[in-house]
Amino acid sequence: MILIVAEHASGQLAKATLEMVTAARESGREGPVTVLVLGQGVAEVANAAAAVAEQVLVADLPALARYDAELWAAATAQIAREGEAHTVLIGGSRSGREFAPRVAVKLDAPYLEDVIALRANGAALQAQRYTYLARVTETVEAEAPVTVVTVKPGSFAPAPPAGATGEQYDVELDLPAPRVEVTGRSVEKTNRVALTEADVIVTGGRGVGSPENFTAYVEGLADRLGAGVGATRAVVDAGWRPYAEQVGQTGKTVQPKAYVALGVSGAVQHLSGMGKSKYIIAINKDAEAPIFKVADYGIVGDVNQIVPALIEATRK
Amino acid sequence: MKILTLVRQVPDAEARVKISGGQVDLEGATLVMDGMDEYGVEEALRLREGGAAVEEIVALATGPKRVEDALRTALAMGVDRAIHVETDQALDPIALSRVVAQVAQAEGVSLILVGGQEADWDSQALGAATAERLGWPQLTWTNELALEGDTLTGRHDVDDGNESFRVPLPAVVTTQQGLNEPRYPTLPNIMKAKKKELRKDTLDAYGAAPTVRVVGSDIQTRARLNKMIDGKDPQAAAAELLDLLRNEAKVIA
Ligand SMILES: Cc1cc2nc3c(=O)[nH]c(=O)nc-3n(C[C@H](O)[C@H](O)[C@H](O)COP(=O)(O)OP(=O)(O)OC[C@H]3O[C@@H](n4cnc5c(N)ncnc54)[C@H](O)[C@@H]3O)c2cc1C
Ligand SMILES: Nc1ncnc2c1ncn2[C@@H]1O[C@H](COP(=O)(O)O)[C@@H](O)[C@H]1O
Repeated sequence: MILIVAEHASGQLAKATLEMVTAARESGREGPVTVLVLGQGVAEVANAAAAVAEQVLVADLPALARYDAELWAAATAQIAREGEAHTVLIGGSRSGREFAPRVAVKLDAPYLEDVIALRANGAALQAQRYTYLARVTETVEAEAPVTVVTVKPGSFAPAPPAGATGEQYDVELDLPAPRVEVTGRSVEKTNRVALTEADVIVTGGRGVGSPENFTAYVEGLADRLGAGVGATRAVVDAGWRPYAEQVGQTGKTVQPKAYVALGVSGAVQHLSGMGKSKYIIAINKDAEAPIFKVADYGIVGDVNQIVPALIEATRK
Repeated sequence: MKILTLVRQVPDAEARVKISGGQVDLEGATLVMDGMDEYGVEEALRLREGGAAVEEIVALATGPKRVEDALRTALAMGVDRAIHVETDQALDPIALSRVVAQVAQAEGVSLILVGGQEADWDSQALGAATAERLGWPQLTWTNELALEGDTLTGRHDVDDGNESFRVPLPAVVTTQQGLNEPRYPTLPNIMKAKKKELRKDTLDAYGAAPTVRVVGSDIQTRARLNKMIDGKDPQAAAAELLDLLRNEAKVIA
């Protein structure tokens, strides 16, 4: 079987899970698409999964109330073994890429990480993934009784509901005791469209000048365009914006239809997170800024003058 | 206690990546210690300088002869000793974790620091895979670390924000930008590093072979329009950009 570990948050099945279902179906690997739901209070998540998969395995347990890499890895490896999975798909989120290698080691399986395409090649599984800060696209292949894969968010279309509803089964797990104690937690909530789902993103860099300007110009323009808000690492490190908004190597990878970069220099680590956007628009006062090399439309000018004019123009 | 820091040698982030014969060609590229690993080396040094009972800091690298340079950099930053498992075979993270775990055991280390994401293969897997082989917990994407006795505390990024944690050693930690500001090796320290131990080892002893085969590599650049608009007249520039977005790109209504 193909085992998919569901991604979910706040009691909702995440789009990433639907994308993994498509990856599983398009891969050409055989066997029922089985979604494993780990968590507490996940009945709705399981129902949503049953609308797209042949089988849903549910572990609704107090011990799984909070994500923990060791627990998630133990549960996934156990179910993969019991179900004789030949393919295990895990979301390419931060947490997914954190516990997936543990699953691979437990199963003595090869690991195809953060893949953007997946297909059976005879007995082997072949995938594409980005390397060298997303500048290179690499085709990799593994051949083994079971292969672990993480799927890059946004790389596959979300699976539409299947005609029939999948069967749900409760599973019993042999879980280790968690060893990492969480002593504090700060969740960054925004009311805006999630960056990974936005069609348009407006991102501000250090060139925006101040947190106040960021609010006025970056958020102001995003409001007018119904866009998500992104930030560079420089801006996040300066404490102007929450980490949740960071785009780049150590932040989110995004691929919107339009990416508007305001006062962003275009460092390789930033480009690695947004370089695949359909259209890139840059406003920067330095005509030599590297961001212009990847821009479709660029304005050489001061964000403090151009952006208010842009916001004004959208009202016309 | 002892700390093991992992060092990988990668092309400089600004280096132009070339492909020849379907493979990445590093000919002519400047090779440096992976920036993510520098944070690990720096953090090990800071934990010791901050008063934690760190007996020894050991740097480990695998790869061809040239990776010695990255180990020398770690030694010049202040690491005590280095181990080079020399091989021309590139190891994927799952394979490499076998080597790291065995070295960690042989050396009796209780903390392993690994860069959060490799600048060449964009992989985040090595820390977690190593932790699993050793049966240790892991903390990824750390922003802050403190060591008191056998307890590691700190803060790290998670899916939707960040968490503070406490964990008993042994553990594997992955590092990232923001954890610290890595020091530059000074000339006297570069000289001193030449006298430090850099032990050579061969891969044979570790039973590690690649688990993933690279079929091909390719650079797909999207052709960009590169239409530049002069911003001297902000109103005109704004109107022109909006018109292009609406009517040419058709990405906004
Ligand atoms: C290991 C590692 C990981 C990293 N990960 C990330 C990551 O995930 N994301 C990320 O973004 N960065 C990352 N970085 C940092 C990256 O290298 C850059 O430092 C960062 O992206 C720069 O942010 P910036 O463009 O906001 O600032 P700067 O580079 O300072 O650029 C500011 C730009 O604004 C322009 N400007 C100034 N004033 C104005 C004005 N009034 N009007 C118009 N333009 C103006 C300037 O010309 C300049 O081009 C990482 C670095 C490392 C080493
Ligand atoms: N993304 C990758 N993941 C794992 N191993 C890789 C990766 N890229 C390259 N390798 C390994 O590196 C060897 C050659 O690499 P290269 O010459 O860099 O393409 C391959 O045989 C692989 O073992």
